[in-house]
Amino acid sequence: MSTLLTVENLKMHFPITQGIVFQKQIAAVKAVDGVSFEVKSGETLGIVGESGCGKSTLARCILRLLDPTEGTIMFDDRDITHLSRAEMRPLRREMMMVFQDPYASLNPRKRVGFTVAEPLEVNGIGTPAERKRRVQELLEVVGLSPEHYNRFPHEFSGGQRQRIGVARALAVNPKLIVCDEPVSALDVSVQAQILNLLKDLQREFGLTYVVIAHDLNVVRHISDRVMVMYLGKIVELASDRELYHQPLHPYTGALMSAVPSPDPKRARGRKPIVLEGDVPNPINPPDGCRFHPRCPRMQTGVCDVDEPELIESVAGHSRACHYPLEHWPMSPEELRQPASVTPTLAST
Amino acid sequence: MALLEVENLKTRFRTDDGVVTAVDGVSFTLEKGETLGIVGESGSGKSVTCLTIMGLNDPRNTVSEGAARLDGVDLLTTDPESLRALRGMRIAMIFQDPMTSLNPVKKIGWQLEEAVLVHRDVSRKESRALAIDAMKSVRIPRAEQRIDDYPHQFSGGMRQRVMIAMALINEPDIVIADEPTTALDVTTQAQILDLMNELQREREMAIIMITHDLGVVAEVADEVIVMYGGQVAEHASVDDIFYRPRHPYTWGLLGSLPRLDLEVERLEQIPGQPPSLLNPPSGCRFHPRCTFAMDICRTEVPQLLPFGEGLHLQRCWLDDATKERESARTVAGLQQEAS
Repeated sequence: MSTLLTVENLKMHFPITQGIVFQKQIAAVKAVDGVSFEVKSGETLGIVGESGCGKSTLARCILRLLDPTEGTIMFDDRDITHLSRAEMRPLRREMMMVFQDPYASLNPRKRVGFTVAEPLEVNGIGTPAERKRRVQELLEVVGLSPEHYNRFPHEFSGGQRQRIGVARALAVNPKLIVCDEPVSALDVSVQAQILNLLKDLQREFGLTYVVIAHDLNVVRHISDRVMVMYLGKIVELASDRELYHQPLHPYTGALMSAVPSPDPKRARGRKPIVLEGDVPNPINPPDGCRFHPRCPRMQTGVCDVDEPELIESVAGHSRACHYPLEHWPMSPEELRQPASVTPTLAST
Repeated sequence: MALLEVENLKTRFRTDDGVVTAVDGVSFTLEKGETLGIVGESGSGKSVTCLTIMGLNDPRNTVSEGAARLDGVDLLTTDPESLRALRGMRIAMIFQDPMTSLNPVKKIGWQLEEAVLVHRDVSRKESRALAIDAMKSVRIPRAEQRIDDYPHQFSGGMRQRVMIAMALINEPDIVIADEPTTALDVTTQAQILDLMNELQREREMAIIMITHDLGVVAEVADEVIVMYGGQVAEHASVDDIFYRPRHPYTWGLLGSLPRLDLEVERLEQIPGQPPSLLNPPSGCRFHPRCTFAMDICRTEVPQLLPFGEGLHLQRCWLDDATKERESARTVAGLQQEAS
């Protein structure tokens, strides 16, 4: 499989300024702070993390909806980091986005047909008649009917609106679709419909997805590989099976143990690793490992001083931790006692 | 006598488009120390059921029928003054969205103290001490200092703790929690559920937990009500709901859930959309989306009837043998990797 997207050392710092005329930068919100990864053509990369970990900012940077502070983004072997708006325009049809809120992401005054046809029109594809045919075809592909062409968004339920959002993203045959929380606003019984639809479309059109979600269940279901983020950094990156069966980072472990299991017997036997406190402020992230103030395996003198790098410990499984988990599942007691006293530093 | 007895509760709203029966005949009982989970999708009537019990619907466009007896006192018919005395004192509510449920221009401490001062004859000094205790009980660090903070100075998880502290400050017998963790991250959700569980054990509170998350229900509930289209579709112990479900909607819900501990290529999906209560489907409310729908389902409304022995109520026309077979099939599909 070829690599479709390469992100290297990407940073997005939002400046905080003081003063009205002479705006002086006094600090920066480090929303994304040095993130590197690849997305292969035809795969689904899931990005999970809690609110404020930078996952949505990262998505916006990939699509160049934001201008990253540092780093490079290669799309289809082309550096797109510094392309101008005009230079980006022809590339926009290669990379589309499905938004979180199907109520806010469709223009209520425009007919569905217009909304779905807009990407075609902007890119000057086809005649009006051809576009109409294409849109009707797309509506069918996403499980709506061609008659819906002339309706307004308010006539549709949440799940149907999300289908319209997917049809719009598909209109120009993109290579990459970034889905930002595609199902979080939907009812449980409708979520499955959209997740199945995304999977079917991927198989049919060979799409590549980057799916951002806070729900680990959703990410695990839809992804081939999963990237876990914490406070602007990648803490772990692995195939979805690997990650579930053998998480290496304590944060991943804590996240997974916190997901309630819809199985009462397991739920009763389960001891979640309860993390204390909240996610720290990204203006002044902690020194050393960013997770250390909340980490149950924190070792003073190492974790709070030395920042762990993201290193590959097994083929295709990377983690940024000095004391990765030895096995899984782990009781909270075992978790507190890292087996090796010597940290796995990047240099060794 | 049960602590809370809800009997044939019906709530109708008058809207511009017609009358909506949001809750259509809900009955249950709640004992001391018990946790009842109510699951359902948006519009299934789960929140309205609880707002009706609490008397928090707008009286100008709402009509409620039935009864909700707290220790024999019907909350629906009692006079407003005695309802006010009970509400917040014996039966309290934790609201879903901690961002909008707190007053942004009042200090946290004042909002907590208000709950005390409304119900009890105590001095401001005592109420402040109670507020600090309540904040400590929900493990808000540095409670003495943070009592003078405003809501915007708290994180989402901390605000939800304030909401819980507010509900618990008068040590009520029943707490109704309406999606208390939906707006929170998983790690914060784990903290909050853990905390509620501990406080429940300490105080023998009864909890009604409203949620759309079956994982949360499996975790906290003793008994579960599955609601669909304003009606109870199934009502059973938590183990029966998850291991012996008897209603096609429950099967669909269990099968359509993406799960961390299960690798499936395709999720089972319930076709269609949740019904509009303005024009509810004829017969069984679930029949337009049900793969087992028969002729009778389209015309006759099934009754909520017991299945086998013990408490297990379900509203479905299918014969018992089919129900047992399909239920076993659904559950087996969810067990493959779990073993």
